[in-house]
Amino acid sequence: MKSEIVQRLISCTAIVFGLAAATSATAVDITGAGATFPYPIYAKWAEAYKAKTNIGMNYQSIGSGGGIKQIQNKTVDFGASDMPLTPQELDKDGLLQFPTVVGGDVPVVNLKGIKAGELKMTGPLLADIYLGKITKWNDPAIAALNKGVKLPETEITVVHRSDGSGTTFIWVNYLSKVSPEWKAKVGEGTSVAWPAGVGGKGNEGVASYVQRIEGAIGYVEYAYALQNKMTTAAVQSKNGEFVQGNAESFKAAAAGADWAKAPGMYLILTDQPGKNAWPISGATFILMYKVQAKPENAKEVLKFFDWAYTSDGDKLAATLDYVPLPGNVTKQIKDIWKQQIKDSSGKSVY
Amino acid sequence: MPPHEDTAVFAHPFEVSIPTTYNGGPSPTKRMPWMDPFFKNLTRCVAFLVFSILIAILISLFIHGEPAIRKFGFDFIVSAEWDPVKERFGALVPIYGTLMTSAIAMIIGIPVSFGIALFLTELSPTWLKRPLGTAIELLAAIPSIIYGMWGLFVFAPLFAEYVQPPLIKSFGSLPIVGALFKGPPLGIGMLTAGIILAVMVIPFITAVMRDVFELVPPMLKESAYGLGATTWEVAWKVVLPYTKIGVVGGIMLGLGRALGETMAVTFVIGNTQRLGASLFAPGNTIASSLANEFTEAVGDLYAPALIELGLILFLITTIVLAFSKVLLLQLAKQEGRKS
Repeated sequence: MKSEIVQRLISCTAIVFGLAAATSATAVDITGAGATFPYPIYAKWAEAYKAKTNIGMNYQSIGSGGGIKQIQNKTVDFGASDMPLTPQELDKDGLLQFPTVVGGDVPVVNLKGIKAGELKMTGPLLADIYLGKITKWNDPAIAALNKGVKLPETEITVVHRSDGSGTTFIWVNYLSKVSPEWKAKVGEGTSVAWPAGVGGKGNEGVASYVQRIEGAIGYVEYAYALQNKMTTAAVQSKNGEFVQGNAESFKAAAAGADWAKAPGMYLILTDQPGKNAWPISGATFILMYKVQAKPENAKEVLKFFDWAYTSDGDKLAATLDYVPLPGNVTKQIKDIWKQQIKDSSGKSVY
Repeated sequence: MPPHEDTAVFAHPFEVSIPTTYNGGPSPTKRMPWMDPFFKNLTRCVAFLVFSILIAILISLFIHGEPAIRKFGFDFIVSAEWDPVKERFGALVPIYGTLMTSAIAMIIGIPVSFGIALFLTELSPTWLKRPLGTAIELLAAIPSIIYGMWGLFVFAPLFAEYVQPPLIKSFGSLPIVGALFKGPPLGIGMLTAGIILAVMVIPFITAVMRDVFELVPPMLKESAYGLGATTWEVAWKVVLPYTKIGVVGGIMLGLGRALGETMAVTFVIGNTQRLGASLFAPGNTIASSLANEFTEAVGDLYAPALIELGLILFLITTIVLAFSKVLLLQLAKQEGRKS
């Protein structure tokens, strides 16, 4: 019995030492922290990339705010944020940002007898509902858009996120763009002072409130609405068409954007022109220092995202209902890497 | 290998080094004269460690919340505005929500716990005591998120359909009380959060009450019964006065849990930074605000404001505990006067 235990101990120690040896043998593992919205795809990419190159990517989804703090403290190789930093904020810390995947918010409703995609909305109407100005579903403003749809006299219960979130940022950014009143009274941010409604924690919190309360309207991440088969509404695009939120319309919004002209890639994909462009789209961003103290780590980070932009990475993104960036956008991003990310001697890292 | 060898090695690992018979050598205090002072100092260190952690938490809350404390001053406590975009923060809504939900929990929880504890110690048949007592203890062990999920998916729909409409109908039109029962029956809100909290604190309070009720000397109770007292009179005039310190302690334990509860409340309170008179209106508590907003708190004042909220929760809990201590002292004084 004793000898058996000793044997086990020895084999255990051997495994531990073996593991340590294995990790030290690989090249630098890269670390990142930040936004929760892209966490599933970053984790999936990391797994596939590790299998392919033996280089690990350790991503902590601690929230965009935490990601920004971590990159400012230089405890990680890259930060991740759902809300792009303004060019001024980037310059202050010498940071650079680039988008990775596109997603979007879709309005979801709980109304008896109304099917997914049947209800039509416009941006100003959504803003008025979220401002608490339109309180009944049979309000003339809603009825005028939805001729032929039988709208009940139910009270509208507005549901929003209670936690700070990139999903919220995209939503209120859109409302600010289409409604001057929203912009003046509420504004935009990852969390705002909501004039009406109840707050659910996370996409699942909003979804469960909407599914539970009759007459509720909320907004969730597209992938979430899709996987939970929620009743979505169509929204009028900048071009005037009523568009359904899906991978194609997100892609249309991303393709129409001119990333090259946006300083610091500060571009929010809401209310974009273009045929069938979903107006409430947004990208999620990576933050890196322009001057890299550890160029070998930066190089690995860029190689990782370079791979993520290939068709392999795109396929993985699509399985999780994220929308990959169009090819012309990733080309622009790579150009920016080449021009702007340098080591301390001024040599390009990528 | 025979089995007894196995047990000899593993069954009593601590007894190996202790000689079972005194072998005539120097006594333990002679052999290790440093042992007692060392042990004394060690325990003292550990005790002071707790105290220093408490002080350290308080100081770090102060330091990190300082920008918000300086910017908003006293307004932080009286302002109901919570606007992360314009960076204007006031804690009135979460403070009110924290106190209100805890008050509801106590109003419901204390009488129910008292009833359960009384039944378990005085009235229950013996065969029922054990299973009932175990059930209560098991309730205390359920993680709070389970209560939250149960509250949102099971309790809130039932509450919205069967309890809120009649309450709105019967009380909603009354002059002053009516304001408490207005608004659409969403099923979530302050009252729901208070009720869920009550369910959560009942096992805590009950367990303490039951334990202290059992300490009452049977002779006291029997004497009272012998004088012709009813069960209620025995409970109210003998058991409760004898155990009041323990009972207050149990209530404070429950109140402490209710004040700081996070997940279960977040699920059902509706998480809105708006002050509503109605108990059916969604609201917010301090703990729930922190849980919701900390991850994405960007900016110079947002995170400090949240940390200041934490500091306020710390102070509220301290005040409640201090108040209960004063209450107990007051009770003890009265006792002295009577005798």
